[in-house]
Amino acid sequence: MAARPPQPGERPSQPSVGSAEPTGESAERPGDGMASQLLSFAEQLREEGLAVGTSELLDAFAALREVPWSEQSEFREALAATLAKSQDDRRVFELLFDRFFFRAVELAAVREGVEDAGGDGELGELSETELDALRMQIAQALREGADGAMRDLARLAIATFGQQEQGSGVIGVDVQRIRRALGLRAEPQPELSADDPRRDGVPREALRRFEQLLRRELERRQVQRSGKLPPSRPLGELDRALPSGPLQDLAAVHRVVAQLRRRLATQGKQRRGHRRHAHVDVRRTMRASLQTGGVPVQLRFRPVRPRRPEIYVLCDVSTSVTSASVFFLSVLHALHDSFRKMRSFVFIERISEVTDVFAHERDFRAISERISSDAGVADISGYTDYGRVWMELLELIADDLHPRATVIVLGDARTNGRDPRADLFGVLAARAGRTFWLNPEPRLYWNYGDSVIAAYETHCQAFECWTVPQLEDFVKALTRPVTSAAG
Amino acid sequence: MGASPPSSAGIAASSPESVEALREGLRSVGYLPGESTALVAYLATKLGKPVLVEGPAGVGKTELAKALALYLGRELVRLQCYEGLDEAKALYEWNYRKQLLRIQAEAQGSGWEAVQQDIFGEEFLLARPLLSAIASEQPVVLLIDEIDKTDQEFEAMLLEVLSDFQISIPELGRVTSTSHPVVLLTSNNSRELTEALKRRCLYLWLDYPCLEHELAIVRLHAPDLDEAVARRLVEIVGMVRELDLKKPPSIAESIDWARALLLLGARDIDATTFRETMAVIVKHRTDMDIVAERVGVKLAEADAQPA
Repeated sequence: MAARPPQPGERPSQPSVGSAEPTGESAERPGDGMASQLLSFAEQLREEGLAVGTSELLDAFAALREVPWSEQSEFREALAATLAKSQDDRRVFELLFDRFFFRAVELAAVREGVEDAGGDGELGELSETELDALRMQIAQALREGADGAMRDLARLAIATFGQQEQGSGVIGVDVQRIRRALGLRAEPQPELSADDPRRDGVPREALRRFEQLLRRELERRQVQRSGKLPPSRPLGELDRALPSGPLQDLAAVHRVVAQLRRRLATQGKQRRGHRRHAHVDVRRTMRASLQTGGVPVQLRFRPVRPRRPEIYVLCDVSTSVTSASVFFLSVLHALHDSFRKMRSFVFIERISEVTDVFAHERDFRAISERISSDAGVADISGYTDYGRVWMELLELIADDLHPRATVIVLGDARTNGRDPRADLFGVLAARAGRTFWLNPEPRLYWNYGDSVIAAYETHCQAFECWTVPQLEDFVKALTRPVTSAAG
Repeated sequence: MGASPPSSAGIAASSPESVEALREGLRSVGYLPGESTALVAYLATKLGKPVLVEGPAGVGKTELAKALALYLGRELVRLQCYEGLDEAKALYEWNYRKQLLRIQAEAQGSGWEAVQQDIFGEEFLLARPLLSAIASEQPVVLLIDEIDKTDQEFEAMLLEVLSDFQISIPELGRVTSTSHPVVLLTSNNSRELTEALKRRCLYLWLDYPCLEHELAIVRLHAPDLDEAVARRLVEIVGMVRELDLKKPPSIAESIDWARALLLLGARDIDATTFRETMAVIVKHRTDMDIVAERVGVKLAEADAQPA
């Protein structure tokens, strides 16, 4: 199919028109305006961290040659398939795509003096019952996820509720004001009557979309009023966040742990790569040579057993690390999803194995409840007793530890003045292949007060770890010491 | 081009005219593509670029390749990846035994030169999936399934195949594809693929379909099932997927469940039916507990209300 040039006469709702060049010129050379627009879009994608190379751009142009441009969805999908190569990338792409082409369209509209007439009508004063009907209608549309109607309803909502003081000037504030005026909430509102669609709460996702539409419409009005575009700014962390909201930290931890798992797995393979041809199975080679008249044509190798790391994780859940233990428990939770051969323990004064809890319970909140209620790790004082913990742990797992095992301790190494028994910890570390300590305190506080991390650090590698990026650093460090840490 | 189309009706030529035609075509072979699926598949046939299809297990990644092959009237060459897959299993291998026989048969008389020329000929080459896809006279659909299961070295080896559609065999020279294969790579996202590989591919993310879409799929595969029951079924499957399960039910399992209900002659999915047939969609003991607890209770409530 031949390239379809943009149709310069059409309404600026089509992304191909918002060209940075004078209109007359782009009519003569149809490709150019589009090309420069796409390049600057790609530039923005790069700024947000997508790896958009020249080859991706060439692909994008080739793809656009094949699809009709009249459908925005096809235009968008063709670009997405060639430019955004992972799900995360795709999310950023969606955000930027909307913003970029919205701005392009607005710019063209301003330049050509096109006024968007629809929906700006003066509704005049509405009675309270009419307002209520409007509220219901919007909530109903949100619950049903009717996308087409939503844009019109957003305009209507702005026309009715947004005019009162002609905007506060800050779009985010206006959006929230209108949302409140409509009585839209994600949580159930049991005080409302039974036939009110808002009673069970509006779906969070729909609400988010509606707010986006409101924001867009308000921005459009602002552009129309002022006749110029507001400056663009990079996406904030909040914009990029996963739609699930409160659980996003957990999701981030899961992502890092997935990476950890991959690193641990490939590490085993690297070693395999060097040794791949070292182990010839003589017996099976001889046997195979019988087929070829005694000439050993096919070498038989010993089967390579993939390295399955066995992991022991010990997690401090005492009060001194309360804030960190949620983070740690989520790390544990994520690790359990990734590793089969893994045993986890929690400790305060005593140690208790919680492998089964994680194996049977999927809900993170339920896990933390169960651990705090019946792990039985606090005895009397509720202060961590590392010495006793090491002793009990040695009894529990000493026979199972072997050089392929990895021990990870999550704790602050504050002994509350008790004997740290670093010697016992040394025995543990010597039996295990590798030992790591993740400390939730900033390095600045290490070895101050009752922190004895230095005593343990002689037997293991210690990392400062209280944020997701630091966890990532730990994962990176894991890959480096193939020889040194194996001890 | 001259591939003889399979017998089923409504199959288009080996190159679709437009996205719409491709969508219709896939539908006619029993695959309902989502919005972006048809478009990306269309781009793949037009641009001759491989497609990397990612998504959770059981959303029809492999089915897409099969349907595409059926629709385009091409043969499907499938390479199932696994840990430790190497060149000999994926590209080609010399048939040592045959070579040896050849050498022994001609032990006397002929010189080394002649034999050497001889034993590294195509006759002694065992073509594995990638080579047979590249060397095929007729255009094929090449499916490289679960690429994330292989090592990174294997990915590196794929690069030559994917970007130039050629394979270098030191003894023979280069085998270049005469017919452009349509290549699909699937991944369950269990590890991040290398940038180099992604760079060469179009990207398609397949997710669980929305309610209406899945309903259409179920209705297509179990047309005898009552519409109301099918709708209820899809709603319940959606609810089950919302839960944090070890293995959420796939589309294939929804279809299986629909067929099971059809066999049992169920008129409606109530709490009892659900409990008895739940095993079709939930396959972990811990998952079953969770589902029975959350969804089963909801169903029981729903039953109680109208009564």
